[in-house]
Amino acid sequence: MGKYYLNYLDELEAESIYILREVWAQFKNPVILFSGGKDSIVVTRLAQKAFYPLKVPFPLLHVDTGHNFPETISFRDNLAKKLNTQLIVASVQESIDQGRVLEERGKNATRNSLQITTLLDVIEEKRIDCAIGGGRRDEEKSRAKERIFSHRDIFGQWDPKNQRPELWHLYNGGYQEGEHFRSFPISNWTELDIWNYIKREEIEIPSLYFAHKREVLWRNDSWIPFSSFLEIDKEEKVVSKKVRFRTLGDITITGGIESECDDINKIIQEVAAMRNTERGNRSDDKRSETAMEDRKKEGYF
Amino acid sequence: MIETNQLFRFTTAGSVDDGKSTLIGRLLYDSKSIFEDQLQAVEKTSVKKGFNGIDLALFTDGLKDEREQGITIDVAYRYFTTPKRKFIIADTPGHIQYTRNMVTGASTANAALILVDARHGVVEQTKRHSFIASLLNIPHIIVCINKMDLVDFDETIYDELCNQFKEFSSKLLVQDIRFIPISALLGDNVVQRSDNMKWYQGAPLLHTLETMYIGSDTNRVDARFPVQNVLRPQRDEFMEYRGYTGKIESGVFRKGDEILVMPSGLTSRIKSIDVFEEELDVAIAPMSVALTLEDDIDVGRGDMIVRSNNTPEAAKDIIVMLCWLGNTPLNLKSRFSLQHTSNKQLAVIKEIIYKIDIDTLERIEGNQDLKMNDIAKVKISVARPIMVDTYRKNRSTGSIILIDGNSNETVAAGMIT
Repeated sequence: MGKYYLNYLDELEAESIYILREVWAQFKNPVILFSGGKDSIVVTRLAQKAFYPLKVPFPLLHVDTGHNFPETISFRDNLAKKLNTQLIVASVQESIDQGRVLEERGKNATRNSLQITTLLDVIEEKRIDCAIGGGRRDEEKSRAKERIFSHRDIFGQWDPKNQRPELWHLYNGGYQEGEHFRSFPISNWTELDIWNYIKREEIEIPSLYFAHKREVLWRNDSWIPFSSFLEIDKEEKVVSKKVRFRTLGDITITGGIESECDDINKIIQEVAAMRNTERGNRSDDKRSETAMEDRKKEGYF
Repeated sequence: MIETNQLFRFTTAGSVDDGKSTLIGRLLYDSKSIFEDQLQAVEKTSVKKGFNGIDLALFTDGLKDEREQGITIDVAYRYFTTPKRKFIIADTPGHIQYTRNMVTGASTANAALILVDARHGVVEQTKRHSFIASLLNIPHIIVCINKMDLVDFDETIYDELCNQFKEFSSKLLVQDIRFIPISALLGDNVVQRSDNMKWYQGAPLLHTLETMYIGSDTNRVDARFPVQNVLRPQRDEFMEYRGYTGKIESGVFRKGDEILVMPSGLTSRIKSIDVFEEELDVAIAPMSVALTLEDDIDVGRGDMIVRSNNTPEAAKDIIVMLCWLGNTPLNLKSRFSLQHTSNKQLAVIKEIIYKIDIDTLERIEGNQDLKMNDIAKVKISVARPIMVDTYRKNRSTGSIILIDGNSNETVAAGMIT
């Protein structure tokens, strides 16, 4: 802290803490959407700071596609235990078994959009009135238009053309029975801000973010990790590479990049010099130019 | 650690086709904040649209409808970082019907960029945007005279337009206005100094944004701490702990300060200023902290902790400059939830004192209806007192929103006079 002004990271942190405290005050039953990725880890850390010496007053909600990196699941369980907070797991497999959703078929099948139904079902069942997400406005073009307190109608839908104006930092969380909110406390952070903060706060993150040897195959212009969930063509070859992941999604669709960055300083250098967006290796966003907007309208994270 | 210092928020306004999107695209592109995959996507679309080269404006399109219709519907936020500062741009549409978006984008900005097309000069939209910037008390205005390439980079045209702007803006209350001649399309005076306008002695736009002094944009005098929540862990060593969370909206608080809780009027001293696992001696705006007090007094959400010798006014009747944002016009019989800092109270609009014609800046009296994008001076009555400063003095404790009691929509934003 300088004498009369805050460093940008302190200012971002202060804003996010303020938002989380507004969520706690304005909603009856908020949860943190926890994917095990760096953004939801940072949100959880900010919640820890916002309410200290209280423990984090929000359960962690994981929408589990079943197609996970094993590292993500053990990280999730450890963190919930350490924070002594409730962990809610909503299973996409159960939604499939109950006939709520239909599994996609073929080589490029993913469970990505199936998560929407599972998420909306658990929101209804547990009467969750605000789901706190780690979405950032710099991530994707439709996210750039997202409010910090973002309203969802009784169908869980987002109406991007009819959002409530959000002025100063007065957040309006008013809703009617059956509607809910999404809240995005780190809206104004960029990927580099997240990494600088992880470093400064010495926040523990899954080992997948650091360069490691892994069995991978080349698909959709990135290195997809080999797993038992993959249908593999004859032409596709599984090779061993040193890779790391910039984002963590389903193991079936999250592409790694070749990298030698095995510590946080090297990652920050690499991210600062990076010439592609972090979601460029996510085939869920590559399906069409408006893939994210279309999913978000239906109730995606 | 790659370190930049301050956060700088600015908003951009312009009328249709004056090159606002191109300017933002240019800033992002030349400051290397555009990624290759984004560039490829934009190149593809530019070719499809028959554009010669890349259409920089495409970088700022977000929603499907916007790309299809070639217009911006809603405020979009963009980010870029230079070694000196981290920037947040609130990119707002310029159409008349979207005044409400401009007000939104302006509410948190340190600076407003106003674009003027060098061929057309100061038009109605320019006046409207400038008026809103002054209404929202944006500390700095940068007027970019754009498309200088289309007027042969002519200095006399530039001077004439600056004078035109100064003449009309003398009616507005703005502390700091600067002018820069640019060509967003070609990049002149955006990031690099222009070779085509050697007569211009000032700095290019990016340098101006990087070095503008914003230390005095925040109120450092009046200590204001609206309480958000009460923390009572009731466990272990924190059995007796009672912390009041909040963001310091303005001023400074020190450990040991004598404080006053409003509206109750109870007094105490600050026992500690807590952040995560740590205590501070001093805290300044805009930090988020928790305060504990020496005495066990009644404090809750919506109360405001201030210093005993410098207090806001506890008011039940306020005069407000109101911008109507709702789709449906005002019904004077309606009851609203008024949100002011962390305080929410029932409110009614008692009277419309006058409306403002934002094209002529003239007052319209005797008119009692308000529809979307109207701006009016109104009298509001609140069920219980709220602790207010004037908006000119304090953007946080001087601002309110009105929420419709039935739909929960945010229908108006107001600045306390």
